[in-house]
Order: sequence, then C-alpha cells, then structure tokens
Amino acid sequence: MTKLTSLLVAAVAVIGLAASPAMAAGGKVKEYKHPHASWEGVFGHFQQDQLQRGYQVYREVCAACHSMELVAFRHLGDKGGPYYLDSCPKGLGIPDSVDCSDPAQNPIIKSLAADFTVQDGPDDAGDMFDRPGLPSDYLPTPYANVQQAAAANGGAYPPDMSLLAKARHHGPAYIYSLLQGYDDIPDTIDVPGGQYYNVYYAGDTLSLMKPELLNEDGTLIEGVKQPYGGVFKMAAPLSEGVVTYEDGTPETVAQYAEDVTAFLMWAAEPKLEERKTMGRFVLIYLFIFAGIVYASYRQIWRKIL
Amino acid sequence: MSHESTYVPKTGVEKFIDSRMPIIRLGYDSFVDFPSPKNLNYWWTFGGILAICLMVQIVTGVVLAMHYAASTDLAFGSVEHIMRDVEYGWLMRYAHMNGASMFFIAVYLHMARGLYYGSYKEPREILWMIGVAIFLLMMGTAFMGYVLPWGQMSLWGATVITSLASAVPILGEPIKTLLWGGFSVDNPTLNRFFALHYLLPFLIAGLVILHVWALHVPGNNNPTGIEPQSKKDTLPFHPYYTVKDGFAIVVFLIMFAAFVFFMPNALGHPDNYIPANPLVTPAHIVPEWYFLPYYAMLRAVTFDIGVPFTDLVIINAKLGGVLVMLSSILILFVLPWLDRSKVRSMRYRPVARLWFFVFVVDVCFLGWLGGQAAEQPYILMSQLGTFYYFAYFLIVLPILSVAETPKGLPRSISESVLASKKKPAAEAAPAGGAQTAPAE
Repeated sequence: MTKLTSLLVAAVAVIGLAASPAMAAGGKVKEYKHPHASWEGVFGHFQQDQLQRGYQVYREVCAACHSMELVAFRHLGDKGGPYYLDSCPKGLGIPDSVDCSDPAQNPIIKSLAADFTVQDGPDDAGDMFDRPGLPSDYLPTPYANVQQAAAANGGAYPPDMSLLAKARHHGPAYIYSLLQGYDDIPDTIDVPGGQYYNVYYAGDTLSLMKPELLNEDGTLIEGVKQPYGGVFKMAAPLSEGVVTYEDGTPETVAQYAEDVTAFLMWAAEPKLEERKTMGRFVLIYLFIFAGIVYASYRQIWRKIL
Repeated sequence: MSHESTYVPKTGVEKFIDSRMPIIRLGYDSFVDFPSPKNLNYWWTFGGILAICLMVQIVTGVVLAMHYAASTDLAFGSVEHIMRDVEYGWLMRYAHMNGASMFFIAVYLHMARGLYYGSYKEPREILWMIGVAIFLLMMGTAFMGYVLPWGQMSLWGATVITSLASAVPILGEPIKTLLWGGFSVDNPTLNRFFALHYLLPFLIAGLVILHVWALHVPGNNNPTGIEPQSKKDTLPFHPYYTVKDGFAIVVFLIMFAAFVFFMPNALGHPDNYIPANPLVTPAHIVPEWYFLPYYAMLRAVTFDIGVPFTDLVIINAKLGGVLVMLSSILILFVLPWLDRSKVRSMRYRPVARLWFFVFVVDVCFLGWLGGQAAEQPYILMSQLGTFYYFAYFLIVLPILSVAETPKGLPRSISESVLASKKKPAAEAAPAGGAQTAPAE
C-alpha cells in the first residue's frame, strides 16, 4: 500500500514537472501579483456580487474592444453565474408563473439583453431587421471581424475574452497583474508611439533599449539592467473611478482588476462550482469505497497473507 | 500453464449455451477460475486499471462525438458548446481529456513492471509484442485526439508531427500529403483524424482481447519470475485478484477524480484554449506530457550522418531524429531477444536492476528535456539521455545476459512467499545456489 502510494505520488510529481510551463526566452516579466481567488481550492466558488461588478467592468471598459463570443446573456443567469436568481424578486409585480431561475425568464437577464439592438432575419420579405436583444443572444461584439478589430487597434486585434483566463499561463494572476502593470516607463528604453509599456507583458525590452546603452554587438553595456516586461498596443484601460459601483465597493484599479479577473475566470469556467461540488461528493464516495474494498481484500486474503 | 476448464454448467440455460457457444465457460476460465500466482503485487494491478481506462475513454468519447463537429470552422466552438451547454458535457470532456493522461500513466507503469520483472521473456514474447502494438495505437489515438479541439497546440502540434513524415526518402512527401489531405494541416486533416480517432480505440479493444488471450495461455508472470509448479503456488483469479485489482482501481480513480474535478487543465497547455490560427505560431510548440521523452529523442539528433571525410549525407538530421524516435518504441518488439538472461525478475539480477533504475530515471529525464527549449545545454543532455536509452537495450541487457551472476532463486513461489513472511527484509533467501528458472 505504501509502495503504491509513493508510486502514485512519484508519477504525479513527474507529470507536474513535465507540465510546468517552460518560461519564455528573452526578457523577464515582473513576478505576478495574485488576486484573492475565491474560486481556487477544493471549496472554491465565485462570489456573485464580485461577478456582477466584474461584468460591469467588462461591459463598460473591456467590451469597447474585446469580444466575448462564447458567452450568451442567458449564461449570465445560469446557476453560479453573475445574475442567477433562486426565485423572483418580490414586489416587482412578476406573475407567479414566471420561473426566474430559468435564465430565459430572469428579468435581469431580459433587461440586460434588451439594452442591445441585434440584427436578425431575414424576415418573410427577405430583409434583415433590428430587434431588441434576447437572453438567447450572444454578447454583442465590438467589431464586425478580426480585420476591423486589428485596423482599429494599430494592427493588433484585441483577443476574445471568453477563455482568456484559461488561455494564458497562470491566467487569473496574469490578467490581474497586467491590468495593474502600467508602471512608469524606465528611462533606459524608448517606447514607440501607439505602444504602451507594461512590466507584466512578456515582450522584449532589449530591442527598445536606448542606443547609447548598447554595445556594438547589441548586448547591454555593463551595469545597465534590462527592465521587466515589454510593450504592446493596449493602453492602460483602468483608472480610479472609471466605473461607478453601486454597492459601495472601493473604486480603485486593484479592485476593478480583481473583479474583472473573477468575471473572466467565471466566463472561462462557468461550470466550476458545479464541478467542484460534484468532485467533493465523488471523492468522499471513492474514499469510502476504497476503504470497503480494502477491508474486503484483507478479509478474503487473511488466510493467504 | 494453460489450465483445464473447471466450469460445470448447472442450470438448463447454461447447458444449452455451453453446448452451442461456450462463452460462459470462456469468461469463467478467464476471469473466475484462472489460476494466478499467489504472490502478485500491486504492480500487477495496472492491467485491470488499463481496461477501466479504455472503457472510460470509449464511453466518454462516444458521448463527445455526439456533440462534436469535425470542421475547422466549428470544432473549437463545438468543444466549448460541450463545455458550456451540454448537460454534464464538461464532465465528459474533462474525463476524456484527463483520461488520456491517466491511460498513459497506467500504461507506463504497466510497461515498467514488464521490464523489471522480465514479463517479456519466454513464453510471453507474443503477449509482450501485442502490448507494444497496443501502445503504438494508443500513441496514434492520443495524438489525433489532441488535434480535434482545434486549438493552437492542436494545429501546430499536428503540423510539426505530420511534417516529420516528409523526412522519409521518396515516400515522405506522398505520405505527408496523404496525412494532410491537402497542402497543410486543414479541414481534410481534421476530418480524417476524427475518423481515425474514432476507429483506433476499437482496434485497441480488439488487440486487448488478443493480449488477454496471449496472457491466459502462459499465465501471469510474477515477482519471482519463476513459474508456478503446483496448485499451492496459485490462487483463483476470483475473488483473490478481482478484489485486489478492485482496490487498486478505486485508488487510481481517486487520483483520476482529483484531476478531473479539481485541476482539469493542469496536464494541458493553455495555448489550446486559443482557436487554431495558421498565421500565428505559438512561442513554444510542445506535445502532451506523455510524448515528451520521444520528443526529446527526436530533437536530440541535430547532426547529419554521412560518409566520413566527404560531404555525402546518408541520413540527414531530420530523418535521423525520426528514425531514433520510431526505433525507441520499435526496439521494444525485439527486446525478448536482446535480453537473453534466463532469470526473469530483476529481484535476482543485482546488476541489471541498477541499470534498470538508471533507465527509469533516464526516461523521466528525457521527459523533462522534451519540455525545454531546443538549445544548449538541453540538446547535449538529450543526446546523452537518448544514448543511454538505446544502450540499455542494445548494450547493457545483451552483455548482462551472459556477464551477470544472478542471485539464487527460490525453489517455488510458495517458498518465496514463506521466506518473505519470516524475513521481510531479505526476500531472496539463497536456496541452493544459482539456479535458473525452471522450464515450463
């Protein structure tokens, strides 16, 4: 038994080693800041008020450039989502026949969707027409296509945010840090117009070093340090007070970053709570089952062993 | 050790079936009254664990295929549809995705067991070779499965690996075109990979039946490596090994569940959550962890092999890498004839045992190297690691077959069990000097 355990531990350790990300060559990024991640661990879950604030930050700031093509309004009202309702709010005159736990009937979801105009069709005459958004519609995209998105952003298209938190190494920490990583430009580098310096962006600051700091062969002269991070085409999106919270939460960049990180984690893993809840039951079941089978094993083998 | 059938049909229905198609007898003889050595340790439980892995992959895979769309425009979105909108789709998908890794963990431990205890030796050569064939099919299946979500690593991993075919002289380009179905990894590639990914597991299942058949003629090897000589040395498979395997399976499932429910993406690569884009190459293209040792060996060959003192190149670096990578697995087919030692178990081979443990460390080391960038000092390390990998099979084992003096073998399995009960520390009480494994 101990042999088997140590064996499994060894196997997992080897895999862990192999799976650890090979850090990018070139310049280094500053060590990430870590958000308070309520979704981590065996009992991880999302905080609904935080998801709502995060959605608000996405809607009012990020959505100007970043699409979220895999998320529909109805998803926001799914169990574990930012606007899920157990039951209908009282005093709004909602008829008893409405089931607010169903995202399609959830009044918040309906009104969030209805704020947008969606092109539908063709109708019977073959014409496209505009209508208010429905819970079944996907979140509207800021640009018609990738080319338009790139053209509007200096040639680099803003990535879709649906899976961003899973599509980067240490996704949540990366997003949380990047949003707060617009430090002052070090005086050792020149930042080209239309680009922005960020200590957490995995770029190459060596190519930006001022020429007088470089040797003829392009290496740094002695005593000069290459600054962290790199430059890219997203200007600092957040500043203090840019989004107005209604629940009195501090309107700081760190708070916005943490909230939107939580929302993006939810968007990437909307079934996280369901998964962890089931996982806890499965593990308890398997541990008990293992105990029973082990007892049976000892019983059956008692004369042999 | 192919045993006499002890099945006695009792009911009328059983008699009816038994005289027409004795399938109940087959099951009874194979899984109930199958005489198994009484000293099998937990290393022998991975066969059962692997059977469970295959079933989990087939069941979850069939469900996933009901919702998956094999088209470059739809594949990525259909996987996300499974994750977001299909009832328990996330469970099916994470179980399938991590199930592949679990499958490889189990198969590597199963193979290590075979290598350590000499399970590939006479009379189990065919059993071993079928196993190697299953392993090859598993690798093909896993590779094609990883392409299906059509993320960045899917596309670029497929591009790197299928391009290797072009290293083969003359036939290389046609093979590559056949794999691609076009001029690059694209929609036709995805479609044929999906078809093959669905087909191969059933071929694996077929080979597993042959594997079990080939097991049931000579019977199980065991930690002493000597054959059972009397009924005292064996136990019926059921209930003794059904319960022991059962316990190991549940423990394995605990690890499986921990990954599926609490770290489902720990073994994957974040880039595969970015939709495939032929215009953007990821910074580091790495295969899944279970291919990393072979990937390291592939990249270890950085030099052309030619006629000395001339510019003639016989095997260029690319072809050399491909040959080395293929040989690293194909060499297992001939292993029974490379290791000629009559003693199966390395318990009684003190020298070979050391080299074996170095081999295990070497494979893990190569796995680590496969994840590193293709630059020095990693290339040199990979070359040394690759050299040892082949040296173990081609130099160490053949030489030790004649050079090594094995420890004394116990007279029988029962004697070894009794000895280990008395003195758990010294398993191999010398029993009449060096003695070769008795013939069957």
